[in-house]
Amino acid sequence: MAISRYDIVVVGAGPAGLAAAATAARVGCSVVMLDTATEPGGQYWRHPPGRPDAVADLPHDLTTFQRLAAAVRTRVDHRPEHHVWTVTRRTDAFDVHAVRADSDVVVTGSALVLATGAYDRQLPFPGWDLPGVFTAGGAQALLKAHRVRVGGRVAVGGTGPFLLSVAAGLAKRGVDVVGVVEANRPLGWLRHIPAMLRTPGKMVEAAGYGAALARHRIGVHTRHAIVAAHGEDRVDAVTVARLDSAWRVVPRSARTVACDAVAVGWGFVPQVELPLGLGCATRIDLDGSLVAVVDERQASTIPGVFLAGEVCGVGGAALAVTEGQISGRAAAAWLGRPVDWPAGLRRRRRAQRAFAAAMHRVYAVPDGWLTWLDQSTPVCRCEEVTVAEIRTAVDHLGATDARTVKLFSRAGMGWCQGRMCAYATGCLTSAATGRRADPRSLAERPVAAPITLGALADGDHG
Amino acid sequence: MSDRFDFDGRAVPFAAGQSVGAALLAAGVTSWRTTRRGARPRGLFCGIGVCFDCLVTVEDRPNQRACLVPARAGLRVSSQEGTGRGDLTV
Repeated sequence: MAISRYDIVVVGAGPAGLAAAATAARVGCSVVMLDTATEPGGQYWRHPPGRPDAVADLPHDLTTFQRLAAAVRTRVDHRPEHHVWTVTRRTDAFDVHAVRADSDVVVTGSALVLATGAYDRQLPFPGWDLPGVFTAGGAQALLKAHRVRVGGRVAVGGTGPFLLSVAAGLAKRGVDVVGVVEANRPLGWLRHIPAMLRTPGKMVEAAGYGAALARHRIGVHTRHAIVAAHGEDRVDAVTVARLDSAWRVVPRSARTVACDAVAVGWGFVPQVELPLGLGCATRIDLDGSLVAVVDERQASTIPGVFLAGEVCGVGGAALAVTEGQISGRAAAAWLGRPVDWPAGLRRRRRAQRAFAAAMHRVYAVPDGWLTWLDQSTPVCRCEEVTVAEIRTAVDHLGATDARTVKLFSRAGMGWCQGRMCAYATGCLTSAATGRRADPRSLAERPVAAPITLGALADGDHG
Repeated sequence: MSDRFDFDGRAVPFAAGQSVGAALLAAGVTSWRTTRRGARPRGLFCGIGVCFDCLVTVEDRPNQRACLVPARAGLRVSSQEGTGRGDLTV
């Protein structure tokens, strides 16, 4: 076990982590940045090893990435392929434990910036466990980092502006995108024009996707959803249906669309394991996600722990960069370093958060999707727990909350620790009990990344 | 694309920087595991190491995430049934 000491440990090398590390290093702090990937950039700036230019055809702000990556290269100790599994507190420092090539590495910092990002939120539907069904983020990651197309004829569905980015990227790389199936009616944007006008960059981004989709003649079908996937050993078709405003299927609107892959996403799930483990206060965000509470300097409720990006509320890469810049300064200031505060920084954050709030309202997820399920639909992919088994836990075994449903049914007890099914299990439990499920009850994961008993035994965890 | 790894006796080509899972998908392989309960086929789903659907046996070590394991020339990759620990069954 190797131990080393820094002023600041940054967890995550996406937009927020890169900005935090670059900013803190610029004001003179010693900074280490731990990240699971081989390359910096996170999900947004994913690229093949050493080749950020290879994703120049896909829509994202590469200039900002190049600038942050250059700053980090010269001033920050970047540790790729480090999977942080826990953080422990000492009186004056934090020990960050990471799994690296099957051994436990500990880095110690006087302050922490946690920028752990998010992954796609998933809703179960009949056939969603068939090979060929991917998360929208997965389809994009395969395209960006591995230059692999998930299929030749792909249906993109779910809700949120991210779907447009995924569809545009797939089309640019030669995939026949059979349509973007958006469950909401994003004309709702019109009601949020004040928030839009404060963040003009977002308008340009959306217009770019719109133009790309038009160029490739890809239809965007609003108030529609992919409600089932079909196939024997892999997907060969999906059922697309029209929805009413509560997301119930409109009778006789279902039609079958042939495809060889599906990419679905319903917003994002912030990775809050590390803040939760440290005891940081949390709240439920507008999109229903459990997020960590921060003040205007990105400080959590635990002294010395700062948070940036999706972990304190899903809001996209530009907001994550802003919050990274604030948290890097705030962490340095907390350590007693003199820090400059550019006038526009916190104003920019407020405008970008307002935009994110507007997006959450437009792309809300009402409970009508529960009506698409049948009794045999798997909810927990790891433990293969069906809708019927979750309902049995409530109706026959007497569970009254999501955690008890988990204990009775094993939903969320598998390898992924409920990351894929916690949202759905919570919704199913709420629907069956009539009481709103508390997302906290399924979000705690004291071991945030897999570690072998051998690596644990090697480490000094006294 | 001259480099290859072995998947169940088949040579699978890969590009520099690709994961085992990405290379398998590019070679037209969409599943390489069957589940413990229903023996259902599974392959890549989240693609970023979160969902654990793409578990595969690498160099006789089961339950590795194919989306995270970098492809290397000569690597021995095999499909996996259930827990991947059939050798321990008594």
